[in-house]
Amino acid sequence: MCDECGCGLPLEVSINGTPGSQVPSPFTGAASGAGQGHTHDHAHAHEHEGGAVHSHSHEDGHTHEESSEQGHSHNSIHSHNEPHEHPHAVLTLNQPVLDQNDRLAERNRGYFKAKKLLVINVLSSPGAGKTTLLQKTIAHLGKRLRTGVIVGDLETDNDAKRLRATGAPAIQITTGTVCHLDAEMVSKAMSQLDLDHLDLLVIENVGNLVCPASYDLGEDLRIVLHSVTEGEDKPLKYPPIFSNAHVVILSKMDLAAATEFRRDEALANIRRLAPQARIFELSSKTGSGMDEWCDFLIQKHQDVGNK
Amino acid sequence: MHELGIVQGTLDLAISTAQKSGAREIHLVRMRVGALAGVVPDSMTFAFEALRKGTMADKATLEIEEIPAVYWCEKCAVEFQVEDWNRECPKCSQPSAELLRGRDLELTSMEVS
Repeated sequence: MCDECGCGLPLEVSINGTPGSQVPSPFTGAASGAGQGHTHDHAHAHEHEGGAVHSHSHEDGHTHEESSEQGHSHNSIHSHNEPHEHPHAVLTLNQPVLDQNDRLAERNRGYFKAKKLLVINVLSSPGAGKTTLLQKTIAHLGKRLRTGVIVGDLETDNDAKRLRATGAPAIQITTGTVCHLDAEMVSKAMSQLDLDHLDLLVIENVGNLVCPASYDLGEDLRIVLHSVTEGEDKPLKYPPIFSNAHVVILSKMDLAAATEFRRDEALANIRRLAPQARIFELSSKTGSGMDEWCDFLIQKHQDVGNK
Repeated sequence: MHELGIVQGTLDLAISTAQKSGAREIHLVRMRVGALAGVVPDSMTFAFEALRKGTMADKATLEIEEIPAVYWCEKCAVEFQVEDWNRECPKCSQPSAELLRGRDLELTSMEVS
């Protein structure tokens, strides 16, 4: 389920038409939920500041008796310095905490690295031209990079069909009502691809500029498409997705004049939100900018390590 | 944005660490949360109170230290703190690409007995 908009509860995700629960991932088992299933068999009492005494009994019945009011808390004002019946020990961890998706994404990343794959996560609003760009990119790369695609949509395998027409293997994830891909969906979909014979794995995310920003899939590069028909202030309206982008592509540049697109303003907005991002301006229709974009991918793949 | 999952992960880590140390109860969990970590501290607290029930952290409090986002401007050689997504240097108005801190999301320490 997406935590942003609460979508995605009732329907099941499917991978090339097979229910996701029946599709294996290359990893066995799920990330472990440590600390579950423990029991309490102790009882104790201790005194807190202000004289509130409470005792706990965590036997089978799991009862609580408190002389203090409900909502007893150790808040920040509460001092732990005064004498206790048994002093609290301080355990120092300083350990980053990741949620389940981030753990799975890190596992994907390690797997991709071992396979020497360049993996890109392509993000945009619906209709910005992701699938068309990918069709043209695959054709333009030709034999220079062997490319496979995982494509996510709520319904239909239309995009996978379009991409397969280029000769590249494409796996369709239909998410039902889920508005983004997550790391687990990707790990299942990638088990359907022969990754040993690929150089570039493209993950075409669900068309959405909000939720996918929060889901790491294990990719090397996050590519955000911004078509000229969307206006110059898209980055300002959707800061999270742009601020984490490695690459921003201004797409449909052939329509720039027709839509009176103010290029300088758009570039300034992108640079404000994403100064780290490499910017490409291209047109899938005319092919302008494709050389530069494809050379970039080839260079990045070399950085990952040739097979 | 995914406070529930993050808090569950934190709680799992806290409980497994406490169990390994031989503790029986967790009284306080301290976290460090950056302004750009993508989580809302109030939602973390809410999730913590829901998830701690029936665990050894049943009575524990979550204490959050909020870390502001700080960028480094290479040109001016200064650190500057920002609000929201604006990352322009106050001296030269150029956006910085180097975040020094503000994405922190850590379980720093806890008190157990």
